[in-house]
Amino acid sequence: MSTVVLLGPQGETPDIGPALAEHGIAGKVALITAGLQDRESDDAALVAALGGVSAVNLKLHARAADVFDKDPELAAAYQARQLRFRNIQSFYRVRLEKADEAARMISVRYVEPELLEQEDRVSVDQLRQLDVDHLDRCIAIRQAYEARWNRDRPAIAGHRAELASELETCNAIVIAGGHVASLFNRIRLFDVLGLAAGKPVFAWSAGAMVLADRIVLFHDYPPYGSDIAQVLDAGFGLAPRVVVLPDPKRRIRMDDKAGIARFARRMLPASCVAMDHGARLVFEDGMCTRAVAVRLGIDGSIAQSGAA
Amino acid sequence: MIGRAIAELAAGPKTPEAIDAFFATHKFPIVDGNAITVVWRGGAEAVHLKHWVFGLPSSQQLARVDGTDVWHLTLQLPFGSRVEYKLEVVRNGHGEWMQDPLNPNIAHDPFGGNSVVHGTGYVAPSWIQHDPTVASGKLDEVTFDSPTFGRRGFGVYVPARFLQSRRYPLLIVHDGHDYMRYASLGTILDNLIARLEISDVIVVLTSSPDRLREYADDERHAKFLTEELVPFVERVFPIDARPQTRCLMGASFGAVAALSTASRYPGFYGRLLLQSGSFAFTDIGDRNHRGPLFDPVVAFMNRFRADPAPVSERVFVSVGMYESLIYENRSIVPLLQSTGMDVRYVEARDGHNWENWRDRLREGLSWLMPGPFLHVYE
Repeated sequence: MSTVVLLGPQGETPDIGPALAEHGIAGKVALITAGLQDRESDDAALVAALGGVSAVNLKLHARAADVFDKDPELAAAYQARQLRFRNIQSFYRVRLEKADEAARMISVRYVEPELLEQEDRVSVDQLRQLDVDHLDRCIAIRQAYEARWNRDRPAIAGHRAELASELETCNAIVIAGGHVASLFNRIRLFDVLGLAAGKPVFAWSAGAMVLADRIVLFHDYPPYGSDIAQVLDAGFGLAPRVVVLPDPKRRIRMDDKAGIARFARRMLPASCVAMDHGARLVFEDGMCTRAVAVRLGIDGSIAQSGAA
Repeated sequence: MIGRAIAELAAGPKTPEAIDAFFATHKFPIVDGNAITVVWRGGAEAVHLKHWVFGLPSSQQLARVDGTDVWHLTLQLPFGSRVEYKLEVVRNGHGEWMQDPLNPNIAHDPFGGNSVVHGTGYVAPSWIQHDPTVASGKLDEVTFDSPTFGRRGFGVYVPARFLQSRRYPLLIVHDGHDYMRYASLGTILDNLIARLEISDVIVVLTSSPDRLREYADDERHAKFLTEELVPFVERVFPIDARPQTRCLMGASFGAVAALSTASRYPGFYGRLLLQSGSFAFTDIGDRNHRGPLFDPVVAFMNRFRADPAPVSERVFVSVGMYESLIYENRSIVPLLQSTGMDVRYVEARDGHNWENWRDRLREGLSWLMPGPFLHVYE
C-alpha cells in the first residue's frame, strides 16, 4: 500500500515529526529540499524537526547543477525548454486575464438572471478549457523533451544510480516546500519518485503541490495588485483529485465568496484544499482517507474538514 | 473653513500661555479626518500656502487668529492624499519661501526639499524603509566612452547575492542617481528582492548633463542607450539579454525618453516603466501651452498618437492625480493598449514628485520584473 501524507506549512512548530511517528516511520528518511534551491543544504532545523528519525538529503538541486555542468548540451536544451515554458505560461496568463475580464463584463449586463447564470457557466468553462489546453501543451513539451533528452544520459544516470542506492536504505521520502517549479523539475529530472516507488511520501507546501494532479499557482494579494490563479504544470498525481493551496491566510481572499466559488468550479472535479499550518491530507493507494484542511466549495463556502 | 482645533483656539483665551499650550499639544499640520490645517506662528504681513496640486489655487492665503500671531489654513484632502508644499511668509513686502518649521516631514528633491502632509489614509510603505535584516546590493560607478556623447559615467547596482555564473535581467533607470537619492531606489530594490517580489536584477543608473534636451525624443540619446550603453553593460556584466528581461524606466522627461527610445528601437526593450510622463501633445496645431522645451516632445507624441505601435511588451504607467500631467497620462493609456501591449495604469493621490514615484515602484517593478514570489510556497 502506498501512503502519501500532505501537510501545511511547517512554520515555528513543525508537525512533520508527529506525522512520521503516527505512520510508524522509523530509521532513515530521504529528504528533498530542492525547493530551497541554493539553500538546499540548510536543513539542520528540518532534520531536527523529524522527531529523531535520521535523514539523508538527496541534494537534487546540487545534483542538477552538476548534471548541467557536465552536460552542456543537455543544459542548453533544458534552458530552451524552460524558456518555452515561461513563454507559453505568459501567453496562457494573458488569455486567462482576458477571459476573466470578459466574464466580468458579461456578468453585469442587464439581462434576465437565468441567462446570466448560463453565461457564468460558459465563462467558467472557458477558463477550464484554457487550463486544459495549457496543461496539454506543457505535457507535450515535457514529453518531447524527455524523449530526446532521456535519463540514460551519463550525467543523469550516474546520479540516478546513487539516488537509487540511497533510497534503498530509506523508509520514506520527505519533501519540503520552496520554489515549486524548481522542486518539480529536479524531482522529475532524476525521476526520484519512480526510484522510490511504493515508499511513503510526506510533503508540505510546494512539496505537497507537486504531488497533486495539477500544480496551480495562486496569490490574491500580489504586489502588483491582482492576479488570476494559473495552472503551472501537471503534478506527479500521487495525491489525486485535489488542488493543494498552501498558506491560504497569506494568499487567498477567503471572504471573496464569488471568487472562491468560481475558482472551485474551475478546478472541478478536483477539490480545492487550503492547507494552513496543522492541515493534513492522507492518501492510501490514491484514496483520500483523512482530511484535516479547509475545503473551498463550489458555492463559495469555506468548510473545515476533520480535526487536527 | 476653519479647522476644529483652530476654532477652539480662537474661542479661548489668547494668552501667550494658552497659545504655547496649543502648540505643545498638537502635531502640525493638524490632520482631522479629511481636514488638514496648516499653521504658522510669527509676525508677518501675510502667509501663503504654496503647493503644486493641480486643480487647486497654487497659492492660498493663511488667515490670522485675531489677537494672536497664529496663521492657519484648512484644506479638504481626499483619503490617501499626500501633498508637498512650502510656506511663503511676507515681511516688509518681500515674500520668502520656506519649509513649514512645524512639520518634521520633508521630501527632498534636486531643488532642495518640501514639507509634506500625509492625509488621512496615506501610509508610507514599509518596503521603503531600510531593513537591517536584508542584505544590501552593491553600488558602483562606471565610466565608458560613448561615440555619441563622449565620456559618460553611470551607476550600477548589483544584487546582494550576485553570482557571476548567473544571468540577470537589466533595468535601466533615467535619472537613476536621483531615484537613489530621492526615491530610495537602492533600499527598495534590496527589500523587494529579499521579499521575492522582484527578480534579482542589475540596475544601470543613468544621469544626463542636459536631460531636458536629451530626453525629449533625441535620436542621439536613444542611440547612446541602445547601441552603446546596453551593449557595453552586457559585455561587462552577466546579463540575460532578451527583450523580456530588459526594462527601461523614467519619470517626467525620463518617461518620455524611455518611450521615445523604445519607439526608435521597437522590440528591444520588452518592459517599460513610465512615471508621470511629460507626454505633452496637441489635438490641433503643434505648439503646446507648456513652452518650447516641450516642442520635440509634442512632435513625438503627436506622431505616436497618429500611428501608435507596439514598441514593447509590457508597460506600466503611473501618475499622480494632483499633477497637471494627469490628462496626458490618462490619454496615453488607451493608446498604448490599442497596440496590443500589456499595459497597467495606476493613479495615486499625489503630485509630480519623487516620493510619488517611490511609492509606485513596488507595483511597477514587481509586475514588469517579477520575482519568484508566485512560485514559492514554504
